[in-house]
Amino acid sequence: MGAYSRRDFLKGSLAAGAGLAAFGRVPRVITAQGKEPIKIGVLHSLSGTMAISEVSLRDVVLMAVEEINAKGGVLGRKLQPVVVDPASNWDLFAEKAKQLLLQDKVAVTFGCWTSVSRKSVLPVFENNNGLLFYPVQYEGEECSKNVFYTGATPNQQLIPAAEYMMSREGGSYKKFYLLGTDYVFPRTANKILRAFLLAKGVPRDSIEEEYTPFNHQDYQTIVGKIKRFASGGTATVLSTINGDSNVPFYKEFANQGLRSENAPIMAFSVAEDELRGMDTSALVGHLAAWNYYQSVDTPQNTTFVNAFKAYCAKQRLPGGASRVTDDPIEAAYFGVHVWKQAVEKAKTTDVDAVRKAVYGQEFLAPGGKIKMDEANHHTYKPVLIGEILKDGQFKVVSRSRGLVKAEPWSVYTSPDKGCDWVKHKGTYQKKA
Amino acid sequence: MRACALAALLAAWLTAPAVGHAAAPAADIAAALADLAGADAERREAAVAVVGTTGDPRWLAFLGALRDGRVYARTRARQLEIVVGGARSSRGDRDLIEITTAYDGAPLGTVAVADLVEIAADRRLRIAIKPFLDADETRGQLADPDANVRRGAAVKLGNQASLAAAPTVEMALATEADPWVRHALAEALALIRLTHGDAAGRAAAATTLGGLRSLSAVPALERLQADAAASAAEREAAAAAVKTIERWMLLITTLETAFQGASLASILLLMALGLAIVFGLMGVINMAHGELMALGAYTTFVVQNWFRAAWPQAFDAYFLAALPLSFLVAAAAGVALERGVIRLLYGRPLETLLLTWGASLVIQQALRLWFGAANVDVSAPRWLSGGVPVMVGLTLPYNRVFIIGLAAASVAAMYWLLFRSAAGLRIRAVTQNRAMSACLGVRASLVDTTTFALGAGLAGLAGCALTQIGNVGPSLGQNYIVDSFMVVVTGGVGKLAGTILAAAGIGGLSKGIEPALGAVFAKVAILIAVILFLQRRPAGLFATRGRNAEA
Repeated sequence: MGAYSRRDFLKGSLAAGAGLAAFGRVPRVITAQGKEPIKIGVLHSLSGTMAISEVSLRDVVLMAVEEINAKGGVLGRKLQPVVVDPASNWDLFAEKAKQLLLQDKVAVTFGCWTSVSRKSVLPVFENNNGLLFYPVQYEGEECSKNVFYTGATPNQQLIPAAEYMMSREGGSYKKFYLLGTDYVFPRTANKILRAFLLAKGVPRDSIEEEYTPFNHQDYQTIVGKIKRFASGGTATVLSTINGDSNVPFYKEFANQGLRSENAPIMAFSVAEDELRGMDTSALVGHLAAWNYYQSVDTPQNTTFVNAFKAYCAKQRLPGGASRVTDDPIEAAYFGVHVWKQAVEKAKTTDVDAVRKAVYGQEFLAPGGKIKMDEANHHTYKPVLIGEILKDGQFKVVSRSRGLVKAEPWSVYTSPDKGCDWVKHKGTYQKKA
Repeated sequence: MRACALAALLAAWLTAPAVGHAAAPAADIAAALADLAGADAERREAAVAVVGTTGDPRWLAFLGALRDGRVYARTRARQLEIVVGGARSSRGDRDLIEITTAYDGAPLGTVAVADLVEIAADRRLRIAIKPFLDADETRGQLADPDANVRRGAAVKLGNQASLAAAPTVEMALATEADPWVRHALAEALALIRLTHGDAAGRAAAATTLGGLRSLSAVPALERLQADAAASAAEREAAAAAVKTIERWMLLITTLETAFQGASLASILLLMALGLAIVFGLMGVINMAHGELMALGAYTTFVVQNWFRAAWPQAFDAYFLAALPLSFLVAAAAGVALERGVIRLLYGRPLETLLLTWGASLVIQQALRLWFGAANVDVSAPRWLSGGVPVMVGLTLPYNRVFIIGLAAASVAAMYWLLFRSAAGLRIRAVTQNRAMSACLGVRASLVDTTTFALGAGLAGLAGCALTQIGNVGPSLGQNYIVDSFMVVVTGGVGKLAGTILAAAGIGGLSKGIEPALGAVFAKVAILIAVILFLQRRPAGLFATRGRNAEA
């Protein structure tokens, strides 16, 4: 009895644990064709504060994988998703990314939402030559060889929205209140917006900029300020307020007697998925700028929305058939398909070959045809301005003519920089 | 040129009486419709003007459909026909669509989408359509039964200050009864006259606007004041008006800031009151206080859903039912918490802290499992949305007025309960000397439970009230717990008066400095102020002897 020491016990259990782990991680699934599946990583927070938004992206990626597998997979091999949970913790994002690349040896990873999480995995993907598809609109100023950005850059969301508000159709607004939550996206977005407005001849005192802390609830003072700012009826609010704070803000806005026809709010962070948990009555008539809405009227979108609802119901996910799609969900979805097409073109999952094959790749996405850029790793997308309806959906009131090319470096803040991985090595200085 | 012609047409239509619009000859309309189906952008724009100028609601509805991309052309018997599309369906691989006639919406049956050509409304066409629909919408809004909608429309007309709208405004002014809508209409009229009148008219309008204390007129008045071409009388009138309005705005801003401070203070007070009782009287550091608030908020959500399902006609009353129910639910949870665990740990504040923190995680996760991780939506009853205009330029939101009232009522009830009732006497007795009270026949453990339940119930009440201000989600409690502790600690443990004063001080101070420093720095400044204050007076505003002060 006594001969069995604690150290032995530890050793034994470690070995057993390692064995189990190894077994659990590499199940030798042999498909009908006798080929091993291709592993792909899914790196979205499933717990913590970002879970609200990111869980939907995991769902849609898994749905896309299921679709592809049902049609025979890629290069005759099935896709096998490896789902990890970085728990809204950006240190953990880097760790999990390392695990996906080095242990699981995934061919590609779909993941991240916040910019800080993307910045934290960036060195991991660059040092190990991995491949990441990033599906969320972001502030730009990045140009990585190992990332494909399927969300919008500032010139595909912020600038067209501001242009719309200045146009006759949008209401010819002359004063702009830039309001945001205090973190990197709103700060950079407002820097670009301010530069754009100044370049368009908007006087300095017609632009007001203000930030609130995360989870800010008391918008009395700010709405009072907006009210005075908007007297005269030519002012609009460009809002980068993050998720949670939107309800108190819009409520206060309505309760203090401001109406969308006199001072509309153009929001850059309010989409269908966020509107699910909101009382929308105070938001109706205000605007948002995205590249896709669930209400986009194309046959492939009808199919996509129904498929997503059916998938959520079938998998017994929370919300089930009442789930909605939105811009990042669509971008995550077509990202998987773009990668699949690129692999089929390259006839291999090798990262360098796939990367070259992604350039110029086109796909009929739910929101309409999109195209991957030939050199800058971003996506040509349409820009849609939508008006919020009572049921939490959007009515498209303006759409861009054709697709808009992504500019990772905004011409208004970094006119001398460009991003090109074909003729240059990423970010380069433009010649004057 | 074209824009001028368009504007003239629009003006002609707007000045025409609202009813009995001159019907355009049918031939003109037919030609316009044919132009719409064509490719010439100029003629399409002119066609919109022809159709819009009829002012016929049915043609305006047609323009609305055109803007939304629901208008199609088809060729039948070599005749071009313009139709409006409706519901789509598909049979096999054929996409079908229901269509109706352009003017009166008579059904034309279901046809294949492939047989129709969409008349796309590009940007230019939509811009041409917009003024017709807007003017129609505004006119409709001026007749809306809701005074807020009428007022919004009047403000909009004032901002546009288009001469064409003057008769509409005058007509509305003649029949309007609501004083605030009348004010907005008078303001709109004066703004129109300020922009379009002659010299004497402009001076008179400027004086009127000054008398109306019209904030939205300030930019126009300032322009007039600086206008070298204007007469001296005009400039003087404008300058005087600007001065009057600015003085008025100073008063309004001061009142508004005071109200905002009072509102924030009452919210802080509601959140902290329950904590002050539990922490102050019993010495229990209740980290689950925030989660008890979340319970109250979710109770409100559930009650709302009951009402929506069972008594939709009495939906607005749900909140009145939710108030006592959220108190009771949170109080019941408080009883369970106290009876189940806290009573075993009296006099051991650190263990209690750890334990209640654990309890907070359990409640949070339970809410997440039951209601989902996403926020839920609690609609405001009609009597709590919007605001009451009290003075020109000052609107007090109903929800905030209500919360100030609720906080005041809660404080009054607490004072009565603690200092005027037999139960309060027992609570105070146990707080002061537990052993002696027990000897004298007070059932100390029952008093403990009641006190804790009371504190928990107040947290539930606060949670219910907060649904009208912020989000309802499983982590709701975490957002408020820090502020609640800050108020209680600053106020001094064990004294209600301290809590009230601390809430008023923190609320007033943070609203006082926010306009100057912004929300982020206001928060930082408040925390620094509290830290400095506690350095000077570690026991808070009112130091007192609670049970843990003795220990």
